[in-house]
Amino acid sequence: MRRRRSFLLPGGEKVAEGRMRGPALCPTARAREPLLAEFIRFDRITKFYGPLCVVENLDLGIGKGEFVSLLGPSGSGKTTLLMMLAGFEQPTSGTILVDGQAVNDVPTHKRDMGVVFQSYALFPHMTVGENIAFPLEMRGLGKAEIADRVTRALDMVQLSAMRERRPAQLSGGQQQRVALARALVFEPRVVLMDEPLGALDKQLREQMQLDIRDLHRRLGLTIVFVTHDQSEALTMSDRVAVFNKGKIEQIGTPRQVYDEPATRFVAEFIGETNLIEGVVARISGGEAAVRLASGAEIVSAVSGGVAEGATVYLSVRPERIELAEARNAAHNCLETEVTDSVYQGDHLRVELAAGSHPLIAKLGRRSREFEPGTKVFAAFSAGDCRVIAPPDGQRQAAAS
Amino acid sequence: MSARASRTGRSLFLLAPLLLFLAGFFVWPLFSMMSQAVSDTAVLRLLPQSAEVLAGWDRKSPPTPEMQTALIADLKAVEDTQALGDMVRRLNSARSGFRTLMSKTTSALSDEADPPADLVSIDKRWERPEFWLAIADALSPLTDRNLLAAVDLGRNADGEIEHLPADQSVNRVILVRTFWISALVTFACIAIGYPYAIIAASLSGWKRDVMLAAVLLPLWTSLLVRTAAWFILLQEQGLINDVLQMLGLTSGPVQLIFNRTGVVIAMTHVLLPFMVLPIYSVLITIPKNLMPAAASLGAHPLRAFLRVLLPLSLRGVAAGSLLVFISAIGYYITPALIGGPGDQMISSIIAFYAIGSANWGMAGALGVVLLAATLVLYSVYARLSADEPGRR
Ligand SMILES: Nc1ncnc2c1ncn2[C@@H]1O[C@H](COP(=O)(O)OP(=O)(O)OP(=O)(O)O)[C@@H](O)[C@H]1O
Ligand SMILES: [Mg+2]
Repeated sequence: MRRRRSFLLPGGEKVAEGRMRGPALCPTARAREPLLAEFIRFDRITKFYGPLCVVENLDLGIGKGEFVSLLGPSGSGKTTLLMMLAGFEQPTSGTILVDGQAVNDVPTHKRDMGVVFQSYALFPHMTVGENIAFPLEMRGLGKAEIADRVTRALDMVQLSAMRERRPAQLSGGQQQRVALARALVFEPRVVLMDEPLGALDKQLREQMQLDIRDLHRRLGLTIVFVTHDQSEALTMSDRVAVFNKGKIEQIGTPRQVYDEPATRFVAEFIGETNLIEGVVARISGGEAAVRLASGAEIVSAVSGGVAEGATVYLSVRPERIELAEARNAAHNCLETEVTDSVYQGDHLRVELAAGSHPLIAKLGRRSREFEPGTKVFAAFSAGDCRVIAPPDGQRQAAAS
Repeated sequence: MSARASRTGRSLFLLAPLLLFLAGFFVWPLFSMMSQAVSDTAVLRLLPQSAEVLAGWDRKSPPTPEMQTALIADLKAVEDTQALGDMVRRLNSARSGFRTLMSKTTSALSDEADPPADLVSIDKRWERPEFWLAIADALSPLTDRNLLAAVDLGRNADGEIEHLPADQSVNRVILVRTFWISALVTFACIAIGYPYAIIAASLSGWKRDVMLAAVLLPLWTSLLVRTAAWFILLQEQGLINDVLQMLGLTSGPVQLIFNRTGVVIAMTHVLLPFMVLPIYSVLITIPKNLMPAAASLGAHPLRAFLRVLLPLSLRGVAAGSLLVFISAIGYYITPALIGGPGDQMISSIIAFYAIGSANWGMAGALGVVLLAATLVLYSVYARLSADEPGRR
C-alpha cells in the first residue's frame, strides 16, 4: 500500500501544476455530457418532503465506469439523490434510468447497487467475514465460492487478519474498509458512497481517498460519491456535480469547476476566490472587457450567457495573482496596497486593498516578504480570470 | 484509606432506606414464607415430653411404657383445643385413622373417674409401631411434606418418596396448566407485541407517542378495572360477540368467558406492555440504516428481517418473554374472574391454602415451587443473554 501511494503522489502533483498553467477555455456546456457511454440518468427528478422541495427538476447523466462526486453544502439534497438512486426513497416526479431501464419501481434489493453508508451500517452481530459474505449469500452462491470471494475482498482492503472479528472490535478506518469490501464483493453495477470518509481523521481519510480511487481505476467501477469536502471531490472524481438547494449549479471535471466556475456559488464554495464586481464593456472572441467601479478595465475569459452591459462578477483565484512592482502590459494589473502578509508554510498569503476592494493573493513559498503599506501591482492573465454570469433573472433580462 | 472508608460509609447511609425497605418488605416476607413451607411445630409444640422419650426409640419395636406415659402426660397437659385439632389433622394426614384414635384417646383420658392405665388399654392400635412412627416423624420441627405435596409427592410408611394417590394429585396438574397458560400468553404477547414494537420504533414524532401511550395506558389503570372491563366485553351479550355476529363471522354467541380463551385474551392484554417495552427499547438502539444496507446488498425484506433485525432484537424478545412469563405464572385475579374452574392457576391454589384453609405450610411450599421455577427461568435467560452476540 505504501508503495502504491508513493507512486500515486507525484502524479497528483503534476495534475495540480497543469491546472495552474492551463488557459482552460473549454466551455462548460461540453462537460454536462458524460465522457463515457451513459449508464445512469436522472431525468427531471423532483423530490418533496412534505412541503419542502429537496431536489428540484434535476437532470444528471453518469457514464459507465465514471467517478462522479456530488458536492454541496449540508442540506443541499445530495444524500436524498443518492437514496433515490439506491431505491430507499421514491422521487416525487421524474424518472431514474439505469442502463436504459427505468428503475423507479424496482425495489432496492433488485437494483444491484453497492451502498457505502456514512456510518458504515455494518451488521454488529456478524463477523467481518460474515458481513462481507452477506451479499453473496443473498445471491445464492456456493459455500466455496463465497469463501473464496470473501478472501479476495479482504485481501483487497488488506484486512485478512480481521476476518473473525466483529465490527465493534475494529477501528473506524478498518470498519470503513469492511463496508467498502462488502459493497464491492458482489461486483455491483454501481457503487454509491455517502460521505464514507466523514468520520475518519485527516491522514486516514487521505489514504482511503487514494485507495478508493485506485480501486475505481483497477475495477472500472461506476461510482457516485457524496461529499461536502471540496478537496476530496477534486482529488477523487472524474466529474464533480456542485449542488446548491436541490439543484446542480455546475457539473464538470475538477479542473472545470475549479478554474471555470459557472456561478458565484461555485466560485465561492470550491476553494477560495476573489470576486470583483463590474460591468461588461465589450465581448470579443471568448474574452470580455469588464469595467470595474474604480474605472479600471479587466480582460477576462468568458463563456456564453453574458451580454454587453450586464453586471457581472470576476473570479480570480488567489494563487493566480502575481505581485509586481511595475505595470505589466501583457496582464491585467490592479494598483493595490498590501494590508497584511502571513507566512503559511506552503505559501505566503498576502491581503491587499485595491482601492476599497479587498483582494487576496497566495504566493509561492519562495516569494519575498511584503511589508504592510507597500504599493504593488496585482497582475493576472485573462485566462486566470473568469466572468461569472449574473443570476438567472438578470441573465434573461440581459439576453432579451 | 479513611477517606475511602468514610465514602463507603456515606453511600451505605444513603442506601440504608432502600436496604431497610428491601429487608422489611421483600427478604423477610420471602424468608418467612419459605420457612412456613418447611417448618412444622404443630406436634412438637404439644408433645414436648414424648419428643424426649421418642428420641431414644429404635422406630421398630412396640411402644415402651415410658413412651405411653409421656404421651399421656402430654395429652393431658393440652388445653388449647384448636392446637390439638391442628396436631390431629397433621397426624391424620400422615397416617389415616389417627383422627378416630385420638378422639377416642382424649375422651378416655378426660374421664377422671376411671383413668386408663396405659394407651394400649384405650385402643389396641397404640400397640402398632406405625402410629408411633407417625408421631416420631411429625415431631421433627422441619418437614419436606409440604414441598413434596406441592408437587404431588409424599412419603409412605417406610419414609420413601412416592406419588400421591390420584385423588390427591391436583397440584401438578395445576402447575402444568399454569405454565401452559403462561406460555400461551407469552406467545400471544410476542405475536402481537413484536410487530407492534417494530412499527412503533419505525415511526417518529406523535405517531410513535400515540402507539406507546396506547400500550402504556393499561399499565396506569388498575388491574382489577381492566379485568372487569374484559369481563363485560367477553360476555355472551358482550361487545365482542355482538361485533362478531354483526360481521356475520359467527351465527351464535361464542363462549369467550369462563374458559381458557377468555383468560388468555385478558392476560395477553394486561401483560402486553411488558413485551412491547423491552422489545421497543432494544429496537430503537439498532441503527436505522442496517435494514436499508441489507436491502442494498440484495436481501429480500423478509430475509433481511430474518438475518438482521430478528437476531439483533432477540434480546428484547427474550427479556419481554421472561417478564411476561414470570408475571403470568403468578396471575390470580384474571383467571379467577374470567376463567372457569378448569383455568385456575397456581396462585389461586396458594390463595385458597393461605386464606381459605389457613394452611400456611402448603401456601408457602407452592410459593417456593413458583419461586424456584422463576429462578430457573431467570438463570436460563441470564446464561443466554450473557454470551449474546452483537452487544456493543
Ligand atoms: N426523511 C426526511 N423527511 C423530511 N425531510 C428530510 C428527510 N430527509 C432529508 N430531509 C431534508 O431534505 C434536505 C436535504 O437533505 P439531504 O440529506 O439530502 O442533504 P445532504 O445534501 O445530504 O446534506 P449533508 O451534507 O448534511 O448530508 C434537508 O433540508 C433535510 O432536512
Ligand atoms: Mg447527506
